[in-house]
Amino acid sequence: MTTIEEVVPVESPAGGDGVPLLEVRDLHVEFHTREGVAKAVNGVNYSVNAGETLAVLGESGSGKSVTAQAVMGILDMPPARIPRGEILFRGQDMLKMSGEERRKIRGQRIAMIFQDALSSLNPVLTVGYQLGEMFRVHQGMSKKDAKIKAIELMDRVKIPAAAARVNDYPHQFSGGMRQRIMIAMALALEPDLIIADEPTTALDVTVQAQVMDLLADLQREYNMGLILITHDLGVVADVADKIAVMYAGRIVERAPVHGLYHRPAHPYTKGLLDSIPRLDQKGQELYAIKGLPPNLLRIPTGCAFNPRCPQAQDICRTEVPALQPVAEQDGTELDGRGSACHFWKETIHG
Amino acid sequence: MAELSKSDESQESTPNVSEVEVVDAHSESEAVAAIEAPVERGEPILQVRNLVKHFPLTQGILFKKQVGAVKAVDGVSFDLYQGETLGIVGESGCGKSTVAKLLMNLERATAGEIFYKGQDITRLSGRAMKAVRRNIQMVFQDPYTSLNPRMTVGDIIGEPFDIHPEVAPKGDRRRKVQDLLDVVGLNPEYINRYPHQFSGGQRQRIGIARGLALNPEIIVCDEPVSALDVSVQAQVINLMERLQDEFNLSYIFIAHDLSIVRHISDRVGVMYLGKMAEIGTDEQIYDHPTHPYTQALLSAVPVPDPDAREHRDRIILTGDVPSPANPPSGCRFRTRCWKAEDKCAEEVPLLAVPERFSGVDTPAAHESACHFAEEKDVVNAA
Amino acid sequence: MPDFTKTAVVAQDAAVAAEIAPQPAKPEKARSLWGDAWADLRRSWIFLISSALIFILLLITFFPGMFTGTDPILGDLAKNYLQKPRLGNIGSPDWLGYDQQGRSVYARVIYGTRASIAVGFGTTLSVTLLGGVVGMIAGYFGGVVDAVLSRLTDVFFGIPFLLGTMVVLNSFQDRTTWVVIGALGFFGWTQIARVMRGAVITTKQSDYVQAAKALGASTPRVMFRHILPNTLAPVIVVATISLGVYIAAEATLSFLGLGLTGVSWGNDISDGGNQIRVAQWIMLYPSIMLSITVLAFIMLGEAVRNALDPKMR
Repeated sequence: MTTIEEVVPVESPAGGDGVPLLEVRDLHVEFHTREGVAKAVNGVNYSVNAGETLAVLGESGSGKSVTAQAVMGILDMPPARIPRGEILFRGQDMLKMSGEERRKIRGQRIAMIFQDALSSLNPVLTVGYQLGEMFRVHQGMSKKDAKIKAIELMDRVKIPAAAARVNDYPHQFSGGMRQRIMIAMALALEPDLIIADEPTTALDVTVQAQVMDLLADLQREYNMGLILITHDLGVVADVADKIAVMYAGRIVERAPVHGLYHRPAHPYTKGLLDSIPRLDQKGQELYAIKGLPPNLLRIPTGCAFNPRCPQAQDICRTEVPALQPVAEQDGTELDGRGSACHFWKETIHG
Repeated sequence: MAELSKSDESQESTPNVSEVEVVDAHSESEAVAAIEAPVERGEPILQVRNLVKHFPLTQGILFKKQVGAVKAVDGVSFDLYQGETLGIVGESGCGKSTVAKLLMNLERATAGEIFYKGQDITRLSGRAMKAVRRNIQMVFQDPYTSLNPRMTVGDIIGEPFDIHPEVAPKGDRRRKVQDLLDVVGLNPEYINRYPHQFSGGQRQRIGIARGLALNPEIIVCDEPVSALDVSVQAQVINLMERLQDEFNLSYIFIAHDLSIVRHISDRVGVMYLGKMAEIGTDEQIYDHPTHPYTQALLSAVPVPDPDAREHRDRIILTGDVPSPANPPSGCRFRTRCWKAEDKCAEEVPLLAVPERFSGVDTPAAHESACHFAEEKDVVNAA
Repeated sequence: MPDFTKTAVVAQDAAVAAEIAPQPAKPEKARSLWGDAWADLRRSWIFLISSALIFILLLITFFPGMFTGTDPILGDLAKNYLQKPRLGNIGSPDWLGYDQQGRSVYARVIYGTRASIAVGFGTTLSVTLLGGVVGMIAGYFGGVVDAVLSRLTDVFFGIPFLLGTMVVLNSFQDRTTWVVIGALGFFGWTQIARVMRGAVITTKQSDYVQAAKALGASTPRVMFRHILPNTLAPVIVVATISLGVYIAAEATLSFLGLGLTGVSWGNDISDGGNQIRVAQWIMLYPSIMLSITVLAFIMLGEAVRNALDPKMR
């Protein structure tokens, strides 16, 4: 892991050792709808350092994408509102910045990759033009230089015959190639942080492997921070360093990748892991978490997971569990682990 | 659920008896030639032979001229036995969903036959087809689009009875619909609700109830859980397995999620670009794959175990799936295959037990369409 | 009306389900789309207002004698058309003033309703039927059928609507209501056909239509039970808007001297236009009635469309 000194010091007045690349503190996001206020994010804390991959794992409606959109500053406000929270990029709160300052960070320092590459690219412009646009707009390059840069980028994301294809339109590329173009676009200005929102969900397995490999290689090469948002436990196990599991707008468990898979400390995580079909369970019932993900307009009181939790007790229905540190039975704290369960001890040790 | 169990009247579903016998004799010899049934399981309930579907590519507005064809399915053969689950896996564009539509006769096959109990259903029309439909039903991928938004749940699940009034007398239907809701784990009181008032998993249960209404023998499931949340997928898979036992259903389970297919399937077929690359029991395919594509596919699946990532032997394929409008000559996988030689470009490999394994008692001895079939365990390799 | 809150229940878990959605004492009656739509309409104020207006208009159409005893055609030149309407004398012949020929504006407004409503209704009904059938057939069957019908639609669409009807109407001496409806409908059906065809093609590909076919549903069943209800919304919107357009078109044609030969708002607006500086009421009152009528139908269309969409409940 590289420390923060590598980056331009001007940009991080509060910087120095120990300041993470990005830190989200007590973030709340709500949406005002006709039926009421949907609380999509309810106090999320996470941080990511340069060269590190944080996987944010969750189902639809867990708030994982909304958090990322808030970080990126691309939430539509209204209907969204951020009543509380801080988003610190190198120690500076982006929510307090002016629109102009934020725009500078967005795209140049933080880039985003979306799930659907086809709809994220403009269909009537060539990919070369769209890639070159980054350089023309942000760096004032000439058209010719921008095109050379675009070809370079396409080479870097391993698009075959880049020079010949630079003038092609998005629909002329396959899904995997389009996602590479999206990655190239995100990389164009060599950002410090990439947020990838389900980058391979729309892709086939063999292509998904190519794209994830590429993303991991590039991350190492540029020493970027990566926030990977996904629902796929397999992808997370392949690339993540640490994981935040989200449920109903909260982080319910936080752990380094090995710890989470071997010894989950939250019943939801445990349920997710148990419901993966395993070889020795063939012919038996799969473990299934009962019930449905909660309606964000009516999040259950207490722990949001309580109606679905096999271990729920009375306290779970009344008291919201805080994300508390997880320790061994002898009391030694497990590094980087936390669980928002009243009964985390029973879950991890029992 | 007495009235849902197989009743005697399902026997009368093959009206053209004379036709059946003619086709039967013809198909049996072919069946033996094309596929050696792995174990004694009796007569297959469904036999698919050299199924082909080409979608013509046309130009012109009023006077259309064919300029080519998308070879979505190009010679696929397999059998389905009573009470078993046949998984079909493959990436997008491999033709697996088209196979589902052909089985349901929602698309007309360009060539080939589908024998249901010995009767070729690809050429049936009108009443005979309607009778067959009672026994082959489908569960769709997207629970948000497969239910008519302007019909109540009662109307949706009751529609099969409107179309096939002989299955349930009119006065009985409402109770039957409520029974079906109960069978799939929904509150029978929800009969008057509209689809949008349910979550994805609940909608998929409604779709399953509709599929069950006519007491079918075969259910074709086209990606039935891929649109659902992870925590809900397991519920629906469990439901489908329970229903299979309860009603002795045969499933064709089309999916791209290999671990779910393995869990639910007895046998698995792997498709690539409109052809079957390899077919065998789940153990044969997952632990002893002999086709390079199967091996690459299996090794590419992310394993939910962080320990595996350091010492896993992954095969990362280069390039993309070629267009089905213009597939490669010979073996369709050769453009991405690391084993490809000149022979692969010239000769189309047939789906058969590879010569080197034939007669040998090994799990590798299953049908594989590769000139250089070779066993390689990619899942358990460490 | 089902309650949305109750849907987030765990279906599998009977205990939880029972807790959140207590079972009603007796089973509800089976409901249908149309039944639910009607129940919904009865509580929509847009529907109530618009249907009240339309009811009054229909009453005027069929029983004009209930509203005035004055003959709309008989003019009395002794009446001074420059004399201001006596707005206090509600319902009397001079309530809304007189026109140039000494005819009661009020009587003409009442008797003119029939022409406008008949032309508007008749034309809308005929274009919706004709366009709907053409669009449904073209969209559902596709291929050559679609190619032929779509080109035909394009040809008609290419003819300027008003110019076409003017040419046709010009060749008729006696322009009865039927003639005007026929002429407007002949050139007007293309928009509905296009809207319908597009909606049918989209709906045809949806999974629930495939599911119905997989069940063995007949073509009429697929068309009327699955495709039609899901294509009605855009058609109803276009139809109600065009109803207003046709009433206005009739007025325009009358203004140009090519409309109905009898009493109609269009004729009066046309005549009154010449006197707008000295006697505004001759044009004003037929125009107000025209606007109210068009508005009432557009509101009705909106209400019906919302009622037919369960998601709007």
